[in-house]
Amino acid sequence: MKHEIIEKNIGLMIILIILTISGGFLVEVVPLFFLKQTNEPVEGLEPLSALELEGRDIYIREGCHVCHTQQIRPFRAETERYGHYSVAGEFVYDRPFLWGSKRTGPDLARVGGRYSDAWQRQHLYNPRSVVPESNMPAFPWLFEDRVDHESIEARMETLQTLGVPYTDEQIANASAEIQGKFEIEALVAYLQQLGTVISDKR
Amino acid sequence: MSTFWSIWISVIVLGTVFGCAWLLWATRKGQTTDVETDRTMGHSFDGIEEYDNPLPKWWFYLFMATCVFALGYLALYPGLGNYKGLLGWTSTNQWEAEVAAAEEKYGEIYAQYGDTPVPELATNEDALKIGQRLFANNCAVCHGSAARGQVGFPNLTDDDWLWGGTPDAILETLHNGRMGNMPAKGTMPSMTNEQVDQVVNYVLSFSGREKDAEAAKAGEQVFAQACVACHGPDGKGMQAMGAPNLTDNTWLYGSTYEWIKETVMNGRQNQMPAQDRLLSEDQIQILAAYVYSLSN
Repeated sequence: MKHEIIEKNIGLMIILIILTISGGFLVEVVPLFFLKQTNEPVEGLEPLSALELEGRDIYIREGCHVCHTQQIRPFRAETERYGHYSVAGEFVYDRPFLWGSKRTGPDLARVGGRYSDAWQRQHLYNPRSVVPESNMPAFPWLFEDRVDHESIEARMETLQTLGVPYTDEQIANASAEIQGKFEIEALVAYLQQLGTVISDKR
Repeated sequence: MSTFWSIWISVIVLGTVFGCAWLLWATRKGQTTDVETDRTMGHSFDGIEEYDNPLPKWWFYLFMATCVFALGYLALYPGLGNYKGLLGWTSTNQWEAEVAAAEEKYGEIYAQYGDTPVPELATNEDALKIGQRLFANNCAVCHGSAARGQVGFPNLTDDDWLWGGTPDAILETLHNGRMGNMPAKGTMPSMTNEQVDQVVNYVLSFSGREKDAEAAKAGEQVFAQACVACHGPDGKGMQAMGAPNLTDNTWLYGSTYEWIKETVMNGRQNQMPAQDRLLSEDQIQILAAYVYSLSN
């Protein structure tokens, strides 16, 4: 084929460019939408409760995912430290997923139950008080601010539309369930359930 | 993966590799010569023209080599839908091989330590070195790297135990965790502010530090009603419930009047998480020996 034909037919060039750049997407991403392994929840996985969901939104708001990943890769060095490697079925209700791409702090995929609630609270209030060499910022305002209970129903409805199996009853009760709680309670509730569905030993 | 998606992936991947090779080959074929000439593409923009020269040979062959490499890679590794690859590699079996290799290297040592009773293991220098590293990775976050603890997290070096310091008690703590729960105002929810002040003074008097002797005296009665169920009539605590001894001047939540008042007013809740889920039996045995060695 002559360059000239493509270069002088802008429509043809656009089509060929789209074909060229979409190869990876068509092969690596599109099939995942239809695969059983990536769409079926692992056994025992439940959608986050209203309080945990609020905690997750606080996690995103405070940018925790910028420094903490939530994905344990299948290497011994990682499974020794963090626990069973992550599997796709654990994340089917995560929208958006919070796998992250940078580990300034440790991975949090299975942090649930590793430390007590009291430790989590103290650590979030002032990380240096429990881990002297930590460079994590402190989040004292979580102990003063109350959760946003007004929009929780709308957020759960959105997730329901996207396929997360919330019941209408759960959504109806959500606002009352979390009203008046402090943000720290929501965030700790979210952290304490992370990765607890799969509990194989390291 | 369904056959459809398997074929879908294979066709696009192979089509891309062969398409690249064809594009290279086709554009090269259009060249009449493989030496550089002054011939141009025949267009000119603002007097700027473009030579019509072939790709450098080294570049052409290198690109072709990447296509060949890709085909070799796809033959060996799983890249084409359901095709497993000649090596049979998966990320899971790579991980399993890594773990098996480590098991072969360390398994025997761990098994040997795992079968040794805690007091004996606590005298084994090598086991304690492993124990110290396990402690640093798993326990130091709360108990501190020197195991001296901090407010709310017990000191493990002082031979003062909330739940017991025998090897069995330490193993039980590690395996199944502990749940510490002091209810606000003990078993006397109706405690008045005055009674709180009295009972705090009484508790301080165990270590001879009461602020107000009269209040301390009155506090004895409050203590009998609100605290004895767990801390015992003489305030010596009860290890079966994790109720601290209040008479030994070792304090988990601070020793001052203000701290103790806070404890009485709002109670205390904390938890030692069970390590069963996280560590192997042998690792827990080694950790128990390390903790035991800190005060024995």
